[in-house]
Amino acid sequence: MSDVQKSKIMVEAHGIVKVLGEAPNQVKVLKGIDLSLHAGELTLLMGPSGSGKTTLLSIIGCILSPTEGHLSLAGRPTKGMSKEGLANLRRRHVGFVFQSYNLVPTLSAVENVMLALDLRDINGADAYDMAADALVSVGLSHRINAAPSKMSGGEKQRVAIARALAGSPSVILADEPTAALDGQNGQAVMELLAEVAQDTNRAVLAVTHDHRTLQYADRIVRIDDGRISSSERPKLEGKSYAAHAEAGH
Amino acid sequence: MDIALDKPAAKARPRTGGKSRKKRIPMVVKLAYRNLFHDRLSFFVTIVGIVFSVVLVAIQTGIYLGSEKKIAAIIDQAPADLWVVPLGTKSFDDPSVLSGRERHMILSTPGVARAEDIVVSFGRWRKPEGGTTTVIVVGTGADSDYVLPWNIVEGSREALEAPNTVGIDQSYFPDLGITKLGDRAEINGVNVEIAALTKRVRSFTTLPYIFTSIEEARRLTGAGQDQATYERVQLADGANLESVRAEISARLPDTEVITQDEFRKRSQAYWLFQTGAGAALIAGAVLGLIVGVVIVAQTLYASTKDHINEFATLRALGAGAGYIVKVILMQAVLSGLIGYLLGISLALAVIHAAQDTKLNVVMTPELAATLFAVTIGMCIFAALSAIIKVVRIDPAVVFSR
Repeated sequence: MSDVQKSKIMVEAHGIVKVLGEAPNQVKVLKGIDLSLHAGELTLLMGPSGSGKTTLLSIIGCILSPTEGHLSLAGRPTKGMSKEGLANLRRRHVGFVFQSYNLVPTLSAVENVMLALDLRDINGADAYDMAADALVSVGLSHRINAAPSKMSGGEKQRVAIARALAGSPSVILADEPTAALDGQNGQAVMELLAEVAQDTNRAVLAVTHDHRTLQYADRIVRIDDGRISSSERPKLEGKSYAAHAEAGH
Repeated sequence: MDIALDKPAAKARPRTGGKSRKKRIPMVVKLAYRNLFHDRLSFFVTIVGIVFSVVLVAIQTGIYLGSEKKIAAIIDQAPADLWVVPLGTKSFDDPSVLSGRERHMILSTPGVARAEDIVVSFGRWRKPEGGTTTVIVVGTGADSDYVLPWNIVEGSREALEAPNTVGIDQSYFPDLGITKLGDRAEINGVNVEIAALTKRVRSFTTLPYIFTSIEEARRLTGAGQDQATYERVQLADGANLESVRAEISARLPDTEVITQDEFRKRSQAYWLFQTGAGAALIAGAVLGLIVGVVIVAQTLYASTKDHINEFATLRALGAGAGYIVKVILMQAVLSGLIGYLLGISLALAVIHAAQDTKLNVVMTPELAATLFAVTIGMCIFAALSAIIKVVRIDPAVVFSR
């Protein structure tokens, strides 16, 4: 039995179909997706624009409900859950990292992380200590009280990662985490996500177009026209994508 | 939290000791006030709207309460268990005269301890320098437990027992052409001297009260020796008010026997509602509330729209609708609180400035507390449109921004 087979499955999706829009202008965005995310793995979800990556990410993150199929998050089936039930599941088990960071501009770095903790009913001095520790963990010990407007893109994304980590979610979902960053900062953020994914109780899924990120992937899933077209584990298969990073593809 | 990334940069955070242990503002409150203060112009407009609303409602309501108080001022200063008034009397300031036999009939009624005459009548005041104005002459006995007038600042009530003497409020000097105690004028052609001056004893109408003795009032107004406008009735200990009232009513068919409270309310209802004055004041207060609601609703909605991405992010992070609603409500309450404090301070300043003018504006702790509740309620109500907006946020929009 391989390490992957032994690791916990944090997300299990079967036969996921998503239809968007109203008849007669309906679009079938996802056409039967089967996907499992394992703890301890950084999975990259890649595919052309309009292939359904973000829709799949939204469904895995319990933001959208599938039209058909079953989704289980941290062992909990989501079928039939109300909006608030899904919000509760997100709050307890999912951390998000967004392309545009989506930090609250009126709050400092530590307050942004505290906000995520507050949603989980962790507040007061404990929340401050946990949030500050999270920022130290992502290399921002010197920027704890900085306002987002005074931070670089890389720093903001690190704060977003610290916020996603707050409350120790089972799954981290990142939507184009390096798209708004230069090469150096993008690399640093991917390194960070790869380290976050080493936690044996957490799976990380990142949607990306950026081929420079391939070298950090434990698994690469490609999606095309609403279907998974390939899935590979380059590290296990002995493949190297370092050349992509150097070439800047 | 199990973040233990082995990064070189991730060195241990220097512990802040007791600093991080200090009591922290709840995040909902922090987010609310940061959102509010983020757009200062919008916040300023919100506060101006609330202040305007609070001041308008406070002043209009204060004038209404002041009017109520003013209308009933003499009734309150000369309380009685029962009032015997001419049939059809609309208010204290709408006098006609009783026939003259009432006092004796009342005194002979079982359960009555005391009956006092009070004369209220219109009079023509001729100013010393010429010109006339209408006044209300009020005459009471000196032996009453509740002598009129009150708040005498110069002269005395005893002085009014002398013939041809009257008391006026000093705020009426310009209206009556008087400048000081001892000045002389004419009422209905009779020469009178100012023997008492009061402070803040004004009538609700534009007609000044002229206080004098009961005898002088009868003489000035041409009433008969036993005639009065009203009879103030005090009951004997243990007497049943309704029985005495029924008995007096039976004996005096051309009168009405009403309680202190009924007389107050009848007078207030007449002046405030039959004349439309009260309705105008209430309409002004309601208008103030509407303006407040519209301004706060508009600015809160605009603020919510400005921060919609943050609310969508919160929703995506798993915030329940209740959490986001709490943030909006907190913004509304904070706006209301700040607006109220500024508004009530301004209103109190206006009320203080109006203290010795013809405008009687009243502010009581109860009114201040009610205004506070109304302001907060108004802001919460105004937050509804913003709340509807945020609870309908689709968190999926965070991926498209």
